[in-house]
Order: sequence, then structure tokens, then C-alpha cells
Amino acid sequence: MADRPAGAAGEGDNRPKLSLHVPEPKFRPGDAVDFSHLQIPEAGVQPRPDETCDPKDMRDLAFGLVRVLGEDNKAHGPWDPKLDPETLRRMLGHMAMTRAFDERMFRGQRQGKTSFYMKCTGEEATSVSASMALAADDMVFPSYRQQGILIQRGYPLIEMINQIYSNKGDKLKGRQLPIMYSSREHSFFTISGNLATQTPQAVGWAMASAAKGDSRIAATWVGEGSTAEGDFHSACLFATVYNAPVILNVVNNQWAISSFSGFAGGERTTFAARAIGYGLAGLRVDGNDALACYAAQKWAADRARANAGPTLIEFFTYRAEGHSTSDDPSGYRSAQERNEWPLGDPVTRLKDHLIAIGEWDEERQQKMDLEAAEYVKAVTKEAEANGILGHGLHHPFRTMFEDVFEELPWHLKEQSEQAIRERETKFPGGLKL
Amino acid sequence: MIEAINEALDVSMERDDNIVVMGEDVGYFGGVFRCTAGLQEKYGKTRVFDTPISECGIIAAAVGMGAYGLRPVPEIQFADYIYPGLDQLISEAARLRYRSAGEYIAPMTVRSPFGGGIFGGQTHSQSPEALFTHVAGLKTVIPSTPYDAKGLLISAIEDNDPVIFFEPKRIYNGPFTGYYDKPAQPWKNFDASLVPEGHYKIPLGKARHVTTGDELTILAYGTMVHVVEAVCREKGVDAEILDLRTLVPLDIEAIEASVAKTGRCLIVHEATRTSGFGAELSALVTERCFYHLEAPVERVTGFDTPYPHSLEWAYFPGPIRIGEALDKILSE
Repeated sequence: MADRPAGAAGEGDNRPKLSLHVPEPKFRPGDAVDFSHLQIPEAGVQPRPDETCDPKDMRDLAFGLVRVLGEDNKAHGPWDPKLDPETLRRMLGHMAMTRAFDERMFRGQRQGKTSFYMKCTGEEATSVSASMALAADDMVFPSYRQQGILIQRGYPLIEMINQIYSNKGDKLKGRQLPIMYSSREHSFFTISGNLATQTPQAVGWAMASAAKGDSRIAATWVGEGSTAEGDFHSACLFATVYNAPVILNVVNNQWAISSFSGFAGGERTTFAARAIGYGLAGLRVDGNDALACYAAQKWAADRARANAGPTLIEFFTYRAEGHSTSDDPSGYRSAQERNEWPLGDPVTRLKDHLIAIGEWDEERQQKMDLEAAEYVKAVTKEAEANGILGHGLHHPFRTMFEDVFEELPWHLKEQSEQAIRERETKFPGGLKL
Repeated sequence: MIEAINEALDVSMERDDNIVVMGEDVGYFGGVFRCTAGLQEKYGKTRVFDTPISECGIIAAAVGMGAYGLRPVPEIQFADYIYPGLDQLISEAARLRYRSAGEYIAPMTVRSPFGGGIFGGQTHSQSPEALFTHVAGLKTVIPSTPYDAKGLLISAIEDNDPVIFFEPKRIYNGPFTGYYDKPAQPWKNFDASLVPEGHYKIPLGKARHVTTGDELTILAYGTMVHVVEAVCREKGVDAEILDLRTLVPLDIEAIEASVAKTGRCLIVHEATRTSGFGAELSALVTERCFYHLEAPVERVTGFDTPYPHSLEWAYFPGPIRIGEALDKILSE
């Protein structure tokens, strides 16, 4: 214990003992779950201010919850984006495809075809719907749980699977851990394992776009756990200082691996409320409401395009599955949480909405789900022809040394020759590739 | 050297609209060392601007700008303060090209004053180059004269890889011989201060022969180039001094050729000894020139302590420490 200075008041005085607060989630494995403490406002009650409004006039929105889809599965209130049925069906289709893809890839990992996978189950709206509100050439800086953006932007599934399998078709040449995609063509920034680094980078990209008089904006996604990183503070600060045309999306799925959102500071305030201290526009949105996710992202995009400034959006959602294929959530949270989650499932809610407005039915849904599953299965087969992890169908050894720098310096040339020599020793006569 | 750096920025910005200069106090004020003086007035606030006091934010924004297509030249006010930006440099800037298989690059040059000898104490004197030479994907450059500073900085800015450009602040205004009790000389008294106008480049990865000699090879960079030169002159040692200029990529050919000729090698840097860049140099010389060596490779470095304030000249690898090492290596 820290010594008290000589002569200081010490033992025996009547000051109360201090106590350290260590946050604890409400429910642990085996606990009955009751989410009645969550304040879930009715759909349609949140006001929708003008996109160019002053952040100080929208403080309540950072503590509320923008919701469009009501209990009746109809769209309500000023945030209803009034999308046509065709767009809604496309949205549902991307979400169904994302879910089917996750299912298949998770199984692929369990079958030993790859080392690792991460699902986004329950969070599909936060990527699919949100990215549909952006232009295709707006730059996105995602975290590892926004595969829905790639699917929405039409990135070929086979490229995703090649990357996950690190096979000879992998555009990233087997250098990256599965799901750390990159696609410049789809304005999708290279995913990093280091959390939150992409958030201030997105701000820098947006600053560059503004400095050049461009019209493109940037959007970034980060989990609520990662908002604890210093980079997130830098992102908020630089965004507001330079009025950068950027959207900072925080996906609050309640869990950062085994740590509940309280360890990211979520016990006493909302993540959207972080915006207030920076002078950013802040919106808190039902992350399982595809229409609300779209509407909020559209609002923020329009705001950025109008040079009216950046926006921080909290998508309030729930991570329905484990953190990754290396995680078992039954070790730290109640299995009931997923079913008790009061905001439901984003795919089901959008489907029910389309049915409620007479534009969809269960039969078509089943057909869509089946077709998605079969499509993913077919593409997976195609990708497997390029190899699966650890089966020799990888990129040539020399590629390991390329792209460290633009040109190969002498020491990498030497090491490349060494690697090739080692291969010759291991496989005399060479590998048949 | 300050004017040379300023000119390098000016010349580069004039030639390429995509170059932006950013950092704490670099805009209106022109930098705490005056290296960016006049640039904002000439190129405007969207190309030369002040930033919040956030090294993480500065480097990260530069990475994002590079991804957009700009060529940012961020300044970190002192190398001692680069650490909050390390994750962005090591995990992001250095690996962007590799992890995206060339889809995204970080063509940025991080300028930062570094090194001691100015009573800067613990946080205005450090030489953290070894933290960067250890990172695959980063280039590290350290000039020792105004002529080199301009030519190397222009090369760094035009290079498509991220470059850490350390400017030895002890020699911003004139070379420093390590004889701190003798009056300092301004650059204008030396030929190396003759800096051509306009655009010229010094290639990265090429060392400079400061002197040619037969008795031993001395590998140094930054301020220490001038110190070893003065000590050798004082002691009448016929040394071949190589100013490495670029630590990564390293001019290994020049090093091998010189040590093969002299058979002896002394390595000198201000940075602390253990795992410093001198260890890498020593290992390379031992591996590649072993049969030419007539004496063990010696290292003269800063001590393995934080940089002290009052005991600066006891810490700094000055003439006495270098002299002892010379005596030892030449007596074997």
C-alpha cells in the first residue's frame, strides 16, 4: 500500500473507506434473463432534426433510440426512410446472404478448412442497411464484423472465401488472417487486427477528400468495446476539429469478447452521448431495425455531404453468437440473453415488415434463404478448388517478401532466396503446384 | 539545416499538389524549430495546418490521407513524443501495403527532431531509431548535413513507402563536434551548408564517405558523424568514416567494402546500447566481414539509462569515450 507522508491523517480518523467499483454484467451463465430495465421507446417517437442542425440541439437523440419498425411491423414516424418494396427486398436479400455466408464459413472452420471465422449474426442491419445509405464510392473503414458491407457492395463471394481459405486465389496472398478483407475497387479499406485504428484513419481520408474539394465521404465502424481505445478519441477529436465529412458508427452489441459494455464505459451513459463532449452530432439507433439503421446513416451522409459536419451513430444491438470461432460465450453470459433480447432479430423484423405491407410472404422467404444457402455452398465448392488452408495450394514463397516495401531491398532478397532454398531442401525437385 | 528542410518541403509542395504538411504548431507559427516557416502562407491552410496535440491522431490521419492519395508529411515535435503514434506507425503505416497486397499504401514521411546534446533531458533528447529499424515496412533516414537533409527529405517525400525522417536537432544550426566546451560554429562556415536551389535528390539506401582512410571503418549517422570526424582529426587517426544516412534500407555494400579494406570497425550512436541499431550493424559486420576483421567490432553508444539532464556530457558518447574505443581497436 502507498505509504502516507509523515504527519498526514491516517488510521483512526473518521473518513469513510473508499471502495473500487468493478462493473459486472446483469446476467451470468445459468441466470434467468430480464431485460425490462432497458428503456425501449416506441417506434416513431424520436424527432428527426434537419441534417444541418447544431449538435447541441439534438442532445436527447444521443440518449433516446431512433426506431422505425413498430410492434405492428409497420414503419412509423419521421425517420421512416420510405424505401420502395424492391429496395427493401434487396436489403433483406443482402442480410439473408450475409447470414447464409456466416453459417457456411463457421462450418468451414469447424471442418478444418480454415483457421478462424467471425460471424455477425444479429448485427446484419448495422452493416447492410447502413451501407445501402452510402454511395458506392464513399470510402468505408470497417472493423472485422461488417462483412455485410462487402456483400451489399457486390464483392464476389468467391473472393471472400478465397481470403478465408488463404488459398492460391486469395488476393491478399495468404498474408492476412481470415476475414481481414481488403477491396480498393469496392472502396473497402484493408481490415486491421489492431482495434479502432481505422477510426482516425477514416477521419484522415475524409479530411483529404474535403481538402481536395471532392464530394466523397468516409464512414467507419467500430465495436463499443473498441471505443475505449485512444484512437477513438483521436477520431472524434479530429473529426470535429476539421469538420470532416465522416460518419463514426459504433456497433454496441453489448459484448467485447467476454467483457460486457460496462467495461467500455456503458454503464452510466450511452455511446452516442460521447458525441456531445466533442460537439459532434450524435444519434442512438435501434441496430436491429433495418429501416432505422438506413435512415440514420442516410441522415449522417447527407449531413456530411452538405459540409455540415461529422456524426457519431450508436447502433444498439446484440452479438447473438460467440465473438469468434475461438470463443465460447456460454463461459461468461446467460444462454437466454439472445432469445430475450428486446429488439429481436434484424432479419426477422425486416421480413415481417415486408409481409405486413403485403410485399412478401413466408414462402418467398424460405425460397430466398434456401437459394442463398445453395449459392454460398456452390461458391464455396468453387473456392475450394483453389485450395483450403494448409493444403499446399498457397502462393509461392517469394510472395511472402513482396509488398513489404515497394521494391525488394537487399536483405529481403537474401531472405527470399533462403526461403526458396529451404523449400528445395524440404521438397527436392520442387512442389507440384 | 533548418533552411534546407524548409526548402525541401517548399520545393516538394510546389511540384506536387498532393503533399500536405501537418503537425503541432507547424502552420501559422511555422514550427517550434522554424522548419515549416512561411509554408502555410504560401500554400494555404488546407495544405499546411496545425493539428491537435495527438500523435496518434496525426499519424492516423496521415495514414487515411495516404489511402486517399495524398502524400502527407506529418511532423512529430520531438522524437521523444512519437510513442503515442507507434501503433499507427507499426501496425498500420508499415503494414498497409503488405496486408492489402498493394491495394493501399502509406506514402508518408514522418519528420521528427531527435537526438541529444542540447540539455533536453529525458524527453527532448532521445534517439529511438532502433524501434523503427526493427519494424518491417518502415524506412528510417537520418541526415547529418544541410545538403543531405534537403536531398534526403525530397527523396523520402517522393518515396512510396512510409519513411521515418529523424532530424538531429543538435546540428540544426551548425555541426557539433562533441567538444561542448568549445564555441559552436554555424553551418555557414562549412561547405555542407551550400545547398543547391530547387529540386535534387539523394537516394535512400546510400551511405556517404565522410573521409576515406585505411586504419579503421567508423559507422555513424546524425550528430555523431561530426563528433567522430573531430575526434579522428584530433587524434590523427586515418579513419574511413561512413555516414550511413539511411538505416533501412542499409548500404551494406559500402560497409562491406570499407571493412574489407580496413579490417577494423567502430560503430557510434547516441542511442542507448542494448538492442540499439549498433547491435544490428555489429552483427552484420561480424557475419559478412569476419575473415577481414583484425579486431573485435566496437560500439560507442549512449549508456543504458534514460537521458539525464545535469549529467548530459557524462552520458553523451563524446571524444573521451570514442578516443578510448579508437585506442583499443587500433591496438589489437
